[in-house]
Amino acid sequence: MRKKLLGIAAVAAALALAAFVLTGCGGSASSSASAAASGSAAGAEAGSGAGVFRTLDEIKDSGKIVIGVFSDKHPFGYVDEGGEYAGYDVELANRLAQDLGVEVEYVSTEAANRVEYLETGKVDVVLANFTVTDERAQKVDFANPYMNVALGVVSHKDNVITDLSQVGDGEVIVITGTTAETYLTENNPEIKLKKFETYANAKTAFENKEGVAWANDNTEVIAFANGAEGYTVGIEELGSLDTIAPAVSKGNTTLLEWINEDMAKLGAEKFFHSDYEKTLLDVYGADYEETLVVEPGQAAK
Amino acid sequence: MELLGLDVLFKGSNAMRLLQGLGVAVEISVISVIISLVLGMLFGVFMTWKNPVARVISRIYLEIVRIMPQLVLLFIVFFGATRVMGLNISAELSSIIVFSFWGVGEMGDLVRGSLESIPKHQYESAAALGMNKAQIYYHIVIPQAVRRLIPMSINLVTRMIKTTSLILMIGVVEVMKVGQQIIEANRMASPNAVFGIYGTILLLYFLVCWPISMLARHLEKKWSN
Repeated sequence: MRKKLLGIAAVAAALALAAFVLTGCGGSASSSASAAASGSAAGAEAGSGAGVFRTLDEIKDSGKIVIGVFSDKHPFGYVDEGGEYAGYDVELANRLAQDLGVEVEYVSTEAANRVEYLETGKVDVVLANFTVTDERAQKVDFANPYMNVALGVVSHKDNVITDLSQVGDGEVIVITGTTAETYLTENNPEIKLKKFETYANAKTAFENKEGVAWANDNTEVIAFANGAEGYTVGIEELGSLDTIAPAVSKGNTTLLEWINEDMAKLGAEKFFHSDYEKTLLDVYGADYEETLVVEPGQAAK
Repeated sequence: MELLGLDVLFKGSNAMRLLQGLGVAVEISVISVIISLVLGMLFGVFMTWKNPVARVISRIYLEIVRIMPQLVLLFIVFFGATRVMGLNISAELSSIIVFSFWGVGEMGDLVRGSLESIPKHQYESAAALGMNKAQIYYHIVIPQAVRRLIPMSINLVTRMIKTTSLILMIGVVEVMKVGQQIIEANRMASPNAVFGIYGTILLLYFLVCWPISMLARHLEKKWSN
């Protein structure tokens, strides 16, 4: 009996400790709402105290800026066969470092840990195809946007869907867990969805005409339509138009202001158009340059 | 070649990069395994103590190791330590800390199990022959316990090596991450790279784990006679 009690007590203590550790560091899962809430509180405390981030002067003095980028999202941030970072985001990162007169050190980030990297000051800037959302803006500071994203719908050339009302009795293919699925479920519940777990499965099904159209991020459907014969992106922008922007740790105003100033200069010299032509043109083609590119500091479209 | 997507391996320094990634994974697992084996032995002996405080401590430790997914532990050490204590631990060191924390716990439990599997009468017979405690452990208990330990601890070691694929989540570019980078960089040019690259990674993990399994089998055979 005594032994059993001891065991139960030990397990309870272990659970309590685990719970304490988890809430203590908040957001370690980084997706659940409650963890995110306690996470931002902890981040704010740390920010006002020791200062988790490095200011513009500290970065200049150290001679090196640490930038979080994707290393496996072609053509935005990837590593080429020579082992060098490259892509649309990386071009901007290189240019920012050059303008600041410092070396650049890249950190390979994942979609799930980008906020965490900034909240702990482990990187100075995140340039990883970071879509601006209200939820994220509470935890990090976004600079001015340099790209547009929206949903897009691609369909077969012999039956081009230019408006969702044309779908009729047909099915629209979506990938589970994407913005496209959420958007269509909420806004067009009358449309029948055919859901797939992976990009590869959705692609094969669409190629076999299992659905009349395929909804996904517009960059994805454009890249698909350009890479294969017989498909047209009938709807280029669906739903709310989102933007992609650089992000810094919450409260790092010196760095944020410098980035905005520098990007305004880059916008004036049409840097992002040349960046598009250098990195994205092969995938998206010239037709979408104006749809996707934003020159910061210029009139928003 | 193209059908299997192996062509991307020979583009630029891709093959070399995969091997370097494997090097990172192996380095982190070797260090963690050594720490786990040494400290795990000590922890295992500690776990056999009858002292209630020792039992509660080892029980809590073991439960945490078992309950917490390794990914959560990695996030706690890498991001959590910075947040709560302002400690900036590098991603590689965080990985070693987490893998050792896990390895010591599980190894300790294995050691405890094999020590307790030695029947009590052997201790008593040895004592009756006039051996002291150190002699009993050295001549009777440890040789038998180690033999019982080998298969299970090899299993743990190979599991640790394979689990290093998680450390890409805290920014360590190891073999799995390099593989993903190569696949994505060639998504348009060679869509079949998925098979070629993951197949190659499978082979690389096998080449690392297989000799360890062979060694274990050799030792088991040698000692069973």
